[in-house]
Amino acid sequence: MILDSKIPAGPLAEKWTKHKFSSKLVNPANKRKYDVIVVGTGLAGASAAASLAELGYNVKAFCFQDSPRRAHSIAAQGGINAAKNYQNDGDSIYRLFYDTIKGGDYRAREGNVYRLAEVSVKIIDQCVAQGVPFAREYGGLLANRSFGGAQVSRTFYARGQTGQQLLLGAYSALSRQVANGKVKLFPRTEMMDVVVIDGQAKGIVTRNLITGAVETHAAHAVLLCTGGYGNVFFLSTNAMGSNVTAAWRAHKRGAFFANPCFTQIHPTCIPVSGDHQSKLTLMSESLRNDGRVWVPATQETAEKLRKGQIKANDIKEEDRDYFLERKYPSFGNLVPRDVASRNAKYVCDEGRGVNETGEAVFLDFRDAIKRDTRKIIEQKYGNLFDMYKQITGEDPYEMPMMIYPAVHYTMGGLWVDYNLMTTVPGLYALGEANFSEHGANRLGASALMQGLADGYFVIPYTVGDYLAQLAPTKVDENHPEFARAKEEVKQGIERLLKINGNKPVDYFHKRLGKIMWDKCGMARTEVGLKEAKADIQALKKEFWTNVKVLGTNEELNQTLEKANRVADFLELGELMVDDALNRNESCGGHFREEYQTPDGEALRDDENFAYVAAWKYLGEGKEEELVKEELVFENVKLTQRSYK
Amino acid sequence: MKLTLKIWRQKNATDKGGFATYVADHVSKDMSFLEMLDVLNDQLTEKGEDPVHFDHDCREGICGMCSLYINGKPHGPQQTTTCQLHMRSFSDGETITIEPWRAKAFPVVKDLVVNRSAFDRIIQAGGYVSVNTGGVPDANEIPIPKTVADLAMDAAQCIGCGACVAACKNASAMLFTSAKVSQLALLPQGQVERKTRAEKMVAQMDAEGFGACTNTGACEAECPKGISITNIARMNREYFSAVVSSDNM
Repeated sequence: MILDSKIPAGPLAEKWTKHKFSSKLVNPANKRKYDVIVVGTGLAGASAAASLAELGYNVKAFCFQDSPRRAHSIAAQGGINAAKNYQNDGDSIYRLFYDTIKGGDYRAREGNVYRLAEVSVKIIDQCVAQGVPFAREYGGLLANRSFGGAQVSRTFYARGQTGQQLLLGAYSALSRQVANGKVKLFPRTEMMDVVVIDGQAKGIVTRNLITGAVETHAAHAVLLCTGGYGNVFFLSTNAMGSNVTAAWRAHKRGAFFANPCFTQIHPTCIPVSGDHQSKLTLMSESLRNDGRVWVPATQETAEKLRKGQIKANDIKEEDRDYFLERKYPSFGNLVPRDVASRNAKYVCDEGRGVNETGEAVFLDFRDAIKRDTRKIIEQKYGNLFDMYKQITGEDPYEMPMMIYPAVHYTMGGLWVDYNLMTTVPGLYALGEANFSEHGANRLGASALMQGLADGYFVIPYTVGDYLAQLAPTKVDENHPEFARAKEEVKQGIERLLKINGNKPVDYFHKRLGKIMWDKCGMARTEVGLKEAKADIQALKKEFWTNVKVLGTNEELNQTLEKANRVADFLELGELMVDDALNRNESCGGHFREEYQTPDGEALRDDENFAYVAAWKYLGEGKEEELVKEELVFENVKLTQRSYK
Repeated sequence: MKLTLKIWRQKNATDKGGFATYVADHVSKDMSFLEMLDVLNDQLTEKGEDPVHFDHDCREGICGMCSLYINGKPHGPQQTTTCQLHMRSFSDGETITIEPWRAKAFPVVKDLVVNRSAFDRIIQAGGYVSVNTGGVPDANEIPIPKTVADLAMDAAQCIGCGACVAACKNASAMLFTSAKVSQLALLPQGQVERKTRAEKMVAQMDAEGFGACTNTGACEAECPKGISITNIARMNREYFSAVVSSDNM
């Protein structure tokens, strides 16, 4: 089977314009005859639902939270990139495109990434028009900052709460369409399955989380905007409810899953404090603009620190190792996330970690405070410093922060073509749920950009092209496929409730997380991955015989919700391991220890692995089939990433 | 630490509900409040008892989903969200009382979970600028003084958790509503619909059954995001000037 990415022919800069022109249009009077389902109400989902409703389609929007405003996009702190070049510092659409391709370690499609850079400028205009209060200069114009790995200032931000403000903007647009009657909202509702009829997505099966009612919804197209799967690691910066269920069930219905092993480990998170830990908290990467990352130069000094015999501030300048500045003089503390994370792991593996567990490095603001005054630092990062103090009980103005990498984002996801359509016609994936724009590593401030690009500016065109080819007649919800899918969902729930074993759901989730973190985390080996596969299979078996899910389906049952999600994580975990085993190279967030340069940098193999690994589900208990989409680079030259 | 927990248990919206007492052993001071409840829930599950249901999601203090009324205060003793509250704020041997938000407009769903969809409907009544996707001016064509943008941002930080309503003896939603009205009244983008917005959002707030504001300031004191009651004063001005010179109502 050949995967057709449907990238339009022609020069890079003209692809999207030409594609929009050649896309079919739905007659304005006919738009009201088409129904679209949007699952998830984060940046991608809310922006898509609002934009499609504005065009005149009938939209049903679903989220598992109690309000669409709570989707996890809200937690993004740092900012959103756009190639506005407001700062006159040499930015351009091409440069944003180039940086994103390079930052992704050449594992993304040129055409998609260029389009992303192209529409980025319109996102900022749209958000400002909605009343998003971006940071401004005294002259009243928008402020920018430089962000993780970029050498231009192209990041727009709203204090440390950019995701919140962008999501509330999209939520307000969505709310306006709810008031207009064009969007029907289904909060506290979880998608349990996709209904596929004659090879096309025609609806979904949902569970009402309050009443337990399993229901079906029909539509001409289904958009999955359900975020990433970082919670497969149990501990991550994702929200507790973030899950892979919607994407995974779509995968089992025929949607290929691409590059699942590409996960991003974010370098600046608050370290783990104990076994009770339920999630990890990210400190915005913007902190690396002013904070300096270091550990003691020797193990002995680190040992004293860990035992509490000395404090960070007692360590003299010459006894400190600013390892990022030392190894990467031109990028210093601003190297991309994967490079920063891996180096933190190295120094901790060498026994130079700085907290009790030995898994933390310092992020120090002493010099920045000396240079800029405490007031300026407070203005820039006040809320982040407060948050740090709240969680750790330590004051980062006085003592350096302690940070350690944590799972943050998943570049992999459902395979989509240039139209954001999965391998199931009529089924789309937007935002983090798809695999498409970030390659093997996402740059800072690019997730918000992609979510909104997909929802506001891509899907309104591409879904129209698909709908225009369908008859404007209602999808028949009485088709037997709806009843069948509904019955299967009910059986799945019953199966979980009947096990009545001895261990709570989190017991399994934590164990899965540990396997993934140890063996499919920041550094991976063939031996470790093979062990992980066996471990996960054994754990899965144990889950299905010994998990304890109390209560019934017909009530608010948070344990049942969790059990459903963990069941899918167990299956996904195995596929991630398969994907990591298959990719015999190191690139971006995927680091195989067998494949590194003599100085410990990721060693890509462009000859054999410049492809998207898309996996096809073949049935319960069967190995998935690998389908390759070769990546074609017509504009950029593949080089080894160097940030030295 | 060893703590005694008095937790509100209510099977569903129609159940009468009541307090149940639990003992939480081996609580570490580094745990967050919700992690302490996670541990309790795992213990209850192993004993075959229904775990305590509560809302939570991001656990970073920004999504606004968590909502516990702890020892008579929304989000507990610190001015923060419950997920950011850590057990070091409590002492060994203490008894902690945990209740859901109490307000007519926030009916209890189960245990500590309440329905806050009234807030969504207030936003749907007018908490937006009516612009469609596309066709908007360049972002820098709308210069906004930094001081104004900062004030708008102060109001926009509201996370919609409902602590203001829970703190208010009248269960008033004035702080929540006024934060959105203020944000958009301050910004040039919000000017066109300024009057109708104030009128419609206030009308919806009343229709949902929230109480009136009697300026006790309890909402501001308990707001985890420090939203100021000057926003309420601004909304009152907006509302009164709107009703005397209404655009279209």
